[in-house]
Amino acid sequence: MNEQENILLTEAIERYISGEMSPDERLHFENLRKENSEVDQMVVAHTLFMQKMNRYNEWQKFHVSLNEIHDNLATQGKIDSPSLKGKAKLVYLFNKYKRVGSIAASIAGLTALLTSAILWSVTPKTPTAQWQDLNRSINTLTNKTRQQAEEINNLKNNHSSSMRPPEITYSSGGTGFIIDNKGLLVTNAHVIQNARSIAVANAAGVEYFAEVVYTDPVRDIALVKITDKDFKTLPPIPYGFTRKMADLAEPVFTLGYPREDIVYNQGYLSSKTGYNGDTLSCQIEIAANRGNSGSPILDNNGDVIGILNGRQKDQEGVAFFIRSRNLYNILSEIKDKEKADTSIQNVRLNTRSTLTNLSRQQQAKKIQDYVFMVKVS
Amino acid sequence: MKETILEQEILLLKGLARNDKKSTEEIYKQNYNLIQALVVNNNGTADDARDIFQESMVVLFEKARSGTFELNCQIRTYLYSVARRLWLKRLHQQNRFTEEWNDAGNMIRVDDDMDTHEQKDQEYDLMHHSIQHLGEPCKSLLEAFYFQKKSMQDIADAFGYTNSENAKTQKYKCLMRLKKLFFSRYNKK
Repeated sequence: MNEQENILLTEAIERYISGEMSPDERLHFENLRKENSEVDQMVVAHTLFMQKMNRYNEWQKFHVSLNEIHDNLATQGKIDSPSLKGKAKLVYLFNKYKRVGSIAASIAGLTALLTSAILWSVTPKTPTAQWQDLNRSINTLTNKTRQQAEEINNLKNNHSSSMRPPEITYSSGGTGFIIDNKGLLVTNAHVIQNARSIAVANAAGVEYFAEVVYTDPVRDIALVKITDKDFKTLPPIPYGFTRKMADLAEPVFTLGYPREDIVYNQGYLSSKTGYNGDTLSCQIEIAANRGNSGSPILDNNGDVIGILNGRQKDQEGVAFFIRSRNLYNILSEIKDKEKADTSIQNVRLNTRSTLTNLSRQQQAKKIQDYVFMVKVS
Repeated sequence: MKETILEQEILLLKGLARNDKKSTEEIYKQNYNLIQALVVNNNGTADDARDIFQESMVVLFEKARSGTFELNCQIRTYLYSVARRLWLKRLHQQNRFTEEWNDAGNMIRVDDDMDTHEQKDQEYDLMHHSIQHLGEPCKSLLEAFYFQKKSMQDIADAFGYTNSENAKTQKYKCLMRLKKLFFSRYNKK
């Protein structure tokens, strides 16, 4: 009984709020409100709740239209947003084919199990030790090929380094790091010299095709652009580039690829000039190995002070880097040239490091996504 | 010249209040890049920027809808100020460092608007939560009646009630449940 009344009252309130009542009804209802405070209270409370529900509905619709607009504008290129089309499409396809896919997968799985069961029952039981032997021989084979490849590489390196002062060993096929998050890297000119094709790989091992867009053999700096369409613009670069000269004894660190995985090293500035008094570069005390060429040299604030380019053969731990100032000079020279690639002309180096007050672990973590292995063939 | 800009902006806001797609798109187009730069330059990603910008748009939307909004600054300035506050708050919540704050835009004080927005935003979340927890058929029933504005008869047909009176009773029960869900958490705050 009471419920029935409440239903009627709620309906009346809703019609009252939305203005659907006729003037007579309205007057009658307002009188009821005045007489019965309980009804009045209900009207107020319900109105409030309706307002909240309405707002919820409006916001929801607004969010939907905002998202539509965003995607539209992004695909039209009117706003600078990475378009989500690929991802959205993937989700759509996934949802569409998930059923079919799972059925197919389970059938495939069953078949595979069956086949292996049959094979297992048919094959004569051989002792497992034989398998291991086989494995090892394959291993030694690959080791041999690797050794041969290394020897060939060494020969090549010796050949190229013979043109340089004999005391310096330049490693080749090295490291590069991002100077523009759209995919521009800097590395050493000697890393990519005589390159037929170039690929870069990030810390996770994902490889991208790249091409050399600028080389300066005198300063030993080269710019490499990632041309791979799979490459997505990275978040803003965490480190800055400083023109300033570091002080003697200032601690420095670097991340590079002397082997397949990224390697961290630290040291200090040991001389403000480079090999044989070269003023373009500085000397540091750091454990640098083949493959470290082109690694960024950073100071405590996370500012890049230079690019590692070589070490002295007869002295342990002595390495050299090219000062960041040279990179600035090169970029401004490119800007003055008319024919240069616009993607390089528009590059502005980040001057502000966002790594200033972080611990070294955090700094390295943030930087490592921006340091790439440069593979040359 | 300044007059016409002001008039244009007032027109845009009126369109926004009606949820008119063209006006919303225009405001979006004119301001998104600025807000994205603000967020991205201050330790955020493009996705963060999208979130923050859209939340700022909601604040502007509410403001325009309230009818009391007087345009005493450019839409751009307003959005920038709101987005800046929202982003600072988000950074603070995530304990990310903010000591180097890069910004370039003009700003005005938006403290009051932020407070009302925060409350409305909480209510929105609460409503969302309550509706999601309502279960079927209550959720669809209420949505059909209150949001899609369908008639009781249509609803009865669509949901398979024998007549619109039964649907009405069911709707009432659902609404009561929703209110209970909503206020049980609302009053705790």
